[in-house]
Amino acid sequence: MDLELSDEQRLIVDTVRRFVREEVLPLEADLDPDASELEPEDRDRLIKMVREMGFYGLDIPPEYGGPDVDIVTRTLMAIEMAQHRAGLYAPCYGVFGGAGLAQLFEANEDQKQRYLYPTLRGEKHGFFGLTEPSGGSDPARAIQTTAVKDGDDWVLNGSKIFISGADRADYGIVFARTDASRGRAGITCFFVDTDAPGFYVRRVVHTLRSTHYATELQFEDLHVPVANVLGEVNGGFAIANDRLSRQRIPYSAGCIGVAVKAQEMAIAYANQRETFGDRLATRQAIQWMIVDNEIDIRTSRWLTLAAADRADRGQPFRTEAAMAKVVASEAGGRVVDRAMQIHGGYGMTKDLPLERWYREIRIRRIGEGPTEVQRLIMARDLLGGSFH
Amino acid sequence: MAIEMTKPWKPLDTGEVRRLPGTTGVYELGDGDGNVLFIGFAGGKSRFGLRGELERHLQAPGAATRCRVEVNTQYLTRYEELLMAYASRHGGLPPMNVERAQHKPRGRLTPG
Repeated sequence: MDLELSDEQRLIVDTVRRFVREEVLPLEADLDPDASELEPEDRDRLIKMVREMGFYGLDIPPEYGGPDVDIVTRTLMAIEMAQHRAGLYAPCYGVFGGAGLAQLFEANEDQKQRYLYPTLRGEKHGFFGLTEPSGGSDPARAIQTTAVKDGDDWVLNGSKIFISGADRADYGIVFARTDASRGRAGITCFFVDTDAPGFYVRRVVHTLRSTHYATELQFEDLHVPVANVLGEVNGGFAIANDRLSRQRIPYSAGCIGVAVKAQEMAIAYANQRETFGDRLATRQAIQWMIVDNEIDIRTSRWLTLAAADRADRGQPFRTEAAMAKVVASEAGGRVVDRAMQIHGGYGMTKDLPLERWYREIRIRRIGEGPTEVQRLIMARDLLGGSFH
Repeated sequence: MAIEMTKPWKPLDTGEVRRLPGTTGVYELGDGDGNVLFIGFAGGKSRFGLRGELERHLQAPGAATRCRVEVNTQYLTRYEELLMAYASRHGGLPPMNVERAQHKPRGRLTPG
């Protein structure tokens, strides 16, 4: 078992780290402390650089033009890409591109022509519509949006909440109940065009996140052609579940990246700031916070890389991904909190990124499946089957 | 919280602006009939928050004679929401926002 990075991985990590420090961080000096977007000319310039590095569209399969980078290496890159003010939810301000919606690659050829390829070309944007006012942790049971067959169409009625990007999207992947008697086996996934009559963005939902808002949607007799069923009728839950499992690894990597940067700031500040005649770094209370931060960071990192390694090997990784998500999201919050404490009053200001990370990392314990649901998943796997 | 700002208008003058808080938030400028002319925000880089932004507008108010503000730490999302709500009702951005050539694509809102 070799825990060292390969020479290639080391080179890639160094390249991304330099990119963040030399290209991204300087731009943040001129941005609003809560900004999540670059000026268009800066964004285009950085995208060009990323393309030249061969890293654009990391989660796009190679057969669709993406770089052939394994999941462990992508995780290492994601840890680096998060190490700036907006990095938790807008790593490198999106200049590394991406597919966004992994389900698009499971579409049939007609759907790929209408949705996947335009998305990869940047001509269309989609949203993921799963959570409803009735629930999000248990979507299989909570989905109450209905889809009823009517000739060559399905007619959708219902609502979704906490949906990102729906107000600006051209289409969405929406989950609706097509068979009320079958629980999770009665959900179908549809492509929904946002300019279709009956599609409404009713309101913005403001959260702790700085610039990104969620939306509440309503569907009123929204007609969707049968050609827009993604996968099989009543086979939608498997599509949703697969996405949730896979997302947990990069989600965890983002938390680790922010924690690494917060720790770096805390160490620098402790070595420089003096109280009562000596540096903070000489105080045991501060030393133990720094040590506890390092334990949290390394634990999170190794668990997340272990999950990524299993995914690369094609082995089941649901338990490992759930564990990584629990540990990284909770540990990340603790690290940022300790770093704020070490910085004292300055840690509370918008002059530093810590207050933004403090707010935004709290959401990570709930998004992509709350901590309690992750524990449920792990308990089911551990108690119902083998430990190995 | 209503989507659109419904607070009563205040005069855009020195006395009123001096009383404003130096916090982050959003604000609207209006004409004498209460029509919204501009939607703006006081963000994290604003030196004197809402008060500072409105003081800046006092120097060149254009057609604006009224103002109203909302203290809000989520100033960027609230700003986007107000612009979208205005566009939904009026078919475009407020005139002074248009003058400032704010070309960033905005989302669509269809409040019930």
